[in-house]
Amino acid sequence: MPKILILLVHPVLEKSKANQMLLDSLPFSENITLHDLYEEYPNFFINVKAEQDLLSNHQIIIFQHPLYWYSCPPLMKLWIDMVLEDGWAYGPGGEKLLGKKWIQVITTGGSKDAYSKGGFHGYSTEEFLLPFRRTAELCGMDYLNPFLVQGTFQLNEEDLQKESSRYSTFINQLLGGNYE
Amino acid sequence: MNELGFFVQALIYLTSAIIIVPIANRLGLGSVLGYLIAGIVIGPFVFGFVGTEGKDMLHFAEFGVVMMLFAIGLELELDLLWRLKFWLLGLGGLQIILTTAITAGFAFGFGFHWKPSLALGLILSLSSTAIVLQTLKEKGLMKSVSGQAAFSVLLFQDMAVIPILAIFPMLSDSDVTTSAQGHSLIEHLPGYAKTLVVLSVVIGIILVGKYLLSPFFRLLAKSGNREIFTGASLLLVIAISVLMGAVGVSAALGTFLGGVVLASSEYRHELESNIEPFKGLLLGLFFLSVGASMDLPVVIHSPSKILGIVFGIIFIKALVLFFLGFIFRIPLDQNLYFSLALSQVGEFSFVLFGYSEGLGLFKEESIIILVACVAVSMAITPVLLLLYEKTFFGLLESKISKTQSNQNIHKQENPVIICGFGRFGNMLGRFLRSNGIPITILDFDADRVEMLGRFGFKVYFGDPTRLELLESAGLEHVKVLVAALDNSEKQTELIRNVSQHYPQIKIVARAGDREDAYNLKEMGVTYIYRETRETAVQMGKDVLKLLGTRAHTAEKAKNLFLKHDDDTFHELFALRADRVQYMSLAKQRNAELERLMFVDLGKEEELGRDPWSEMER
Repeated sequence: MPKILILLVHPVLEKSKANQMLLDSLPFSENITLHDLYEEYPNFFINVKAEQDLLSNHQIIIFQHPLYWYSCPPLMKLWIDMVLEDGWAYGPGGEKLLGKKWIQVITTGGSKDAYSKGGFHGYSTEEFLLPFRRTAELCGMDYLNPFLVQGTFQLNEEDLQKESSRYSTFINQLLGGNYE
Repeated sequence: MNELGFFVQALIYLTSAIIIVPIANRLGLGSVLGYLIAGIVIGPFVFGFVGTEGKDMLHFAEFGVVMMLFAIGLELELDLLWRLKFWLLGLGGLQIILTTAITAGFAFGFGFHWKPSLALGLILSLSSTAIVLQTLKEKGLMKSVSGQAAFSVLLFQDMAVIPILAIFPMLSDSDVTTSAQGHSLIEHLPGYAKTLVVLSVVIGIILVGKYLLSPFFRLLAKSGNREIFTGASLLLVIAISVLMGAVGVSAALGTFLGGVVLASSEYRHELESNIEPFKGLLLGLFFLSVGASMDLPVVIHSPSKILGIVFGIIFIKALVLFFLGFIFRIPLDQNLYFSLALSQVGEFSFVLFGYSEGLGLFKEESIIILVACVAVSMAITPVLLLLYEKTFFGLLESKISKTQSNQNIHKQENPVIICGFGRFGNMLGRFLRSNGIPITILDFDADRVEMLGRFGFKVYFGDPTRLELLESAGLEHVKVLVAALDNSEKQTELIRNVSQHYPQIKIVARAGDREDAYNLKEMGVTYIYRETRETAVQMGKDVLKLLGTRAHTAEKAKNLFLKHDDDTFHELFALRADRVQYMSLAKQRNAELERLMFVDLGKEEELGRDPWSEMER
């Protein structure tokens, strides 16, 4: 069974219903490691070695984060800058991440329609995520389609329920080695 | 036996108490009954170790009751009184009126004149604060519904003693004034003047308590001498008793009032813990002397008469209480307990019988029998409660609804106590308070306590190394205790006390330097904060910036240093006994740190590599 590392990156998790819902929907499994970066590094002082060890021990790397200004929260960018080192993650001798899966689980306030060609933002979410896709590719990782929870501002209880079961099915499929 | 010296007497009293009370506790009888039995055993009718001076001893030991009332007063904050007002006036007031009416009716029926009947009714309507509170406290029932109801009724009774003392002379036919008492300085005055004097003394106590005591205690506290403070606490209680006695009011009531006045004072917990041991011992002595002065021959010669009266009284009192408890919707099992707990006659009756003897209200034989009845009723209470607990309580307990805990009166239950409120504790306290965390502060600096009180902090004067003080400040409800005392020995004592007796409380401790921190870690403290460490490094960071280092780099240097220091701390802790190895590792780690910090980009080790600077290369 593949081991999943969930890097949770949310500066104000306590105020995000959608992200809490996602966490609550996670199945209980020894193969899932939840790693809350804002809890671990409140002053942005990342322990690079420890992070690299975590990555080495897992096959599926999930980044769970909200979309801030068409990108990730700052700590995640810092994490990418610091942890994915030259010679370790990419470049000569940098093959530690080869073949691992990169998946982003992203919440957006705007709806799917807003993130489309004719919509308010003018581009799809996938297009905004191009830098991440390229980062994964550079490290030799498999970039899988992101799991999106969109329009979180409008989600009611029933919608949240639906998203919750969709997410736990998704994770269970990953655990079963089914990458779509 | 009368030649026995004071020490021999003390020897007998203390020995009997030390032997019998623990046994009684073991058997689940409670310490009150233990003291009473010990009293009977050493009294003139069993072993006769102590003679008939038991009665004199009783007068002395009544001071225990006085102190107890002072302590009760101290615990009475006005908002508590306000919250209890419904039960206090309703339950307490009706209980006295009904019990008095019924018992007086019986006495009248037995041929007493209506005046002594009324006096008797009033005396018998009172219950024993000492026995009931002690029992409730020992059983941890103070916060239950029955405990609160009992407390309210007892409180009302204690307050009712003032008007009862005032009424008694009016009930007296004879002209035998209070000369038998012989204490009152104002007995020659006409009635209205007496009232006026009493009133002004009471107002005087309130004014002095409110405006003079705090500065006075502050002055004493500044001397830093604990004995003097204990002495002053005792002096205060004794002074109030004497003053009240001088104007013919019960000393117990005077001190109770004094306690209430001081309840809002920042010295409250210190006073409480100073009085506590005296109170406990004297109360014990009081129960001992009640036991010793029980006139066993009278009881033995007319057992049916005595037992008849005793059970009659208990039955009437319990019935009235049960009826009122029913009306006031106390749950059945709690109500039964409450009714039984208060069914005896209280210690004030000894005082009141003595007083009425002087007034010629009762014949001497009646008083001997009645006093015996009172003592027996007091002795029976713990037994009755024990029987009740062993039989019905268990059966009924399941029916107690869980929601009742909401009704409990929460005194002061702050989740955090800060011990020591100097620069460190102060900063911490302000931070927690601004985050909405209610804190209780204990500090041994009188000026500071006074000043902080003005800022609206819940702050008390006292030495936090004393467990009693911490306990009276609500230690049992605390989640986190902050140890921030300046003196490292005191700090150690505080932590040892708390971690020993309350292992569930998380201790967060401030350490002066590394050695202090090692000591704390050795004691099992997990959360240790070396004072000035963070600020010093913070300052270092600013120096780096002033010398031209970029702010973010300086910030990283700070974090790296702190992390390295943390890691090394734990490593070095293990080696601290071996000075040679310790120094060697310390040097090694320092060198390492320097290498890490002054990164020479050409020669940097793997660990010190900074990906961001690499990217720019």
